[in-house]
Amino acid sequence: MEKITGAEAMMRALVHEGVDVLFGYPGGAIMPTYDALYDYTDKLHHVFVRHEQGAVHAAQGYARVSGKVGCVIVTSGPGATNTVTGIADAMADSTPLVVICGQVGVSMLGTDAFQEVDVVGVTSPVTKWSYQIRRAEDVAWAVSRAFYIARSGRPGPVVLDFAKNAQTGLVDFEPKTVDFIRSYEPYPQIDCGDVKKAAGMINDSVKPFALIGQGVELGNASKEVKEFLEKAQIPFGTTMLGLSALPTEHPLNMGMLGMHGNLGPNVMTNQCDLLIAIGMRFDDRVTGNLNTYAKQAKIIHFDIDAAEFNKNVTVDLAVHGDCKDTIPAVTEYLDDAKRDSWIASFKPYEEKEYNKVIKKAVEPADGPLLMGEVVRKVSELSNNEAVLVTDVGQNQLFGCRYFKYTRPRSVVTSGGIGTMGFGLPAAIGATFGAPERTVCVFCGDGGLQMTMQELGTIMEENAPVKIILLNNNFLGNVRQWQAMFFDHRYSFTKMVNPDYELIAKAYNIPARTVIERKDLDEAIRDMLGTPGPYLLQCAVMEEDNVLPMTPPGADVDKMLLEI
Amino acid sequence: MEQENTTRLFTFIIYSENVPGLLSQITAAFTRRQVNIESLNVCASSTPGAHKYTITCFCDEPMAKMLVTQIEKRIDVLQAHYFSDDDIFINETCLLKVSTPIMLEKKEVSKVIRFHGAHVVEVNPTYAIVEKTGITDDILHLYESLSRLDCVLQFVRSGRIAITKSFTEHLDEYLAEREKRRYEK
Repeated sequence: MEKITGAEAMMRALVHEGVDVLFGYPGGAIMPTYDALYDYTDKLHHVFVRHEQGAVHAAQGYARVSGKVGCVIVTSGPGATNTVTGIADAMADSTPLVVICGQVGVSMLGTDAFQEVDVVGVTSPVTKWSYQIRRAEDVAWAVSRAFYIARSGRPGPVVLDFAKNAQTGLVDFEPKTVDFIRSYEPYPQIDCGDVKKAAGMINDSVKPFALIGQGVELGNASKEVKEFLEKAQIPFGTTMLGLSALPTEHPLNMGMLGMHGNLGPNVMTNQCDLLIAIGMRFDDRVTGNLNTYAKQAKIIHFDIDAAEFNKNVTVDLAVHGDCKDTIPAVTEYLDDAKRDSWIASFKPYEEKEYNKVIKKAVEPADGPLLMGEVVRKVSELSNNEAVLVTDVGQNQLFGCRYFKYTRPRSVVTSGGIGTMGFGLPAAIGATFGAPERTVCVFCGDGGLQMTMQELGTIMEENAPVKIILLNNNFLGNVRQWQAMFFDHRYSFTKMVNPDYELIAKAYNIPARTVIERKDLDEAIRDMLGTPGPYLLQCAVMEEDNVLPMTPPGADVDKMLLEI
Repeated sequence: MEQENTTRLFTFIIYSENVPGLLSQITAAFTRRQVNIESLNVCASSTPGAHKYTITCFCDEPMAKMLVTQIEKRIDVLQAHYFSDDDIFINETCLLKVSTPIMLEKKEVSKVIRFHGAHVVEVNPTYAIVEKTGITDDILHLYESLSRLDCVLQFVRSGRIAITKSFTEHLDEYLAEREKRRYEK
């Protein structure tokens, strides 16, 4: 057998795993691998980002819309540490990634060599698995194990720290397939007793309410969950990451849960008699005050990750397993139900929120342009079929609230750790993960500037990212909290901005600014109709607030509709 | 989450694959939740390829439960369980370096050593090494008794090791089950 280098073995192993896109940035300790990549560009499309953080966020965007593992390749030291924010983000949001970092040769390890960082030590707490490849012979096994771990069970990021001698060493390469690790049980066997108990609790319930999380999308179980909800006529709310698991307009969909979610689902969390959580983790942004959270209800929790049970909320029944299997198993035992009055009881809250909040946000009669109306218009003019990518802050909250979803895997947002700067690179990745779909990213002026260098990547790849910059000359969400909780003391949230149109033009990206409402429709149509990337700057109201809001630590049903 | 206010000593027995870097991942589960580790012992287990960690800490039971689920979540951890003292046989060993001149001068020193069932394993003109195996309280009692006689030059404890009182070995059952499922696939 012909011997090849560990670097080339890495290329073959990636191809064997079905990788076709890599997001990366070269450097000293990864040069042998980049040299090997030079001969594999027909199989592996390398997207040359402008900063390693951008590579990880792009891979996240790719993974979230495609359901495949996002792959990143960077150098050692600063190249690797620049990926840590994205890796932590992927860990919190269960996004499958394999991040390959260069590393100094084994003989140099521990000597504080140039661009040496203890990458496994740094990344272990924020990865599903972190492993140092020290020999070329280990490449095939490590890559296969990495992809298996990243994509199976509750997905997550994996780091491969690729020592330089392992890249240059010679090996007889044979691809490996890891599909069993004795210490790792990604798909637990279903406990039939729990399934029957769950069905019994649902059949006995008069006012059941379901919480749908991203786990439903990750498990490709939208269809199964829809059948489950429809059979037992269970109204549901979704978490921010679970927004597109089921269509916005589904008659049982009562809206988004949490701090800036919809009034009905939050209030009814504290009025239902049975709370059914599916693929979600009771984040504090969803629950508010745990001491008053759903105390009147019995709680069933369906999750693939046993560590999520009773972590934040004590539950009456935990059903461990992949919801693609557990939910249809429960559905079999469900009685057909009619719960018209219970479902109708959400209506007054919906109307109240519409009249007090939504109408003003999406259909303002006068005054400055508002973020909510921009989001709703973009959604409608893209037939509610676009992928929504957001940055973090008010753009994210308005984006998630007012975009509408008709297809799964349509929301890419940084939920768990809330990474500003996520949006633009994640949108680049999404255009590779779903090339047939329109990808719209909503950014604020703060977040855009955190990873604005990726406009260079957009230019180079001609990635068709529709960038909607909601410019309010503020870090809007922090300013809102300063207004509400810090006596309007706007400490370092007002921002002097550059001319974004000029910046876009420097990158050869068509750009336009909308100031007046009358120009909005036409500008959005222009953006959506222009092939390739586009930057649409919307000069929105400076001191707009995202409402409704459950103040931090407040009871989930005590939402403020005005401030 | 509602938690009991009572904290008590729990013993965590964890089995993992023998891979580098896992110890810090396991201890991080404790430190991240502000739980202080009282003792920690790691060595190869009776199951080939598996390492055994015996860790003690004070916490309440919901925290103990959460810790084992978080630890078991690490890819190379085979099993993690927590136990109360009633559920396990416990032992630890201590070594005391005792001044030989003081031991010869104060007859009480030898009496205390004999009373506690400790052994003298080394003697030279400067010091004697005393070894005691037992439960933590007995070891601490021996140390305190000898300290009162001003003869202790050094004192070290091994940390707790423990064996469960169950009739079968959980780990072996688990591994057998895993192997069975592997071939069912």
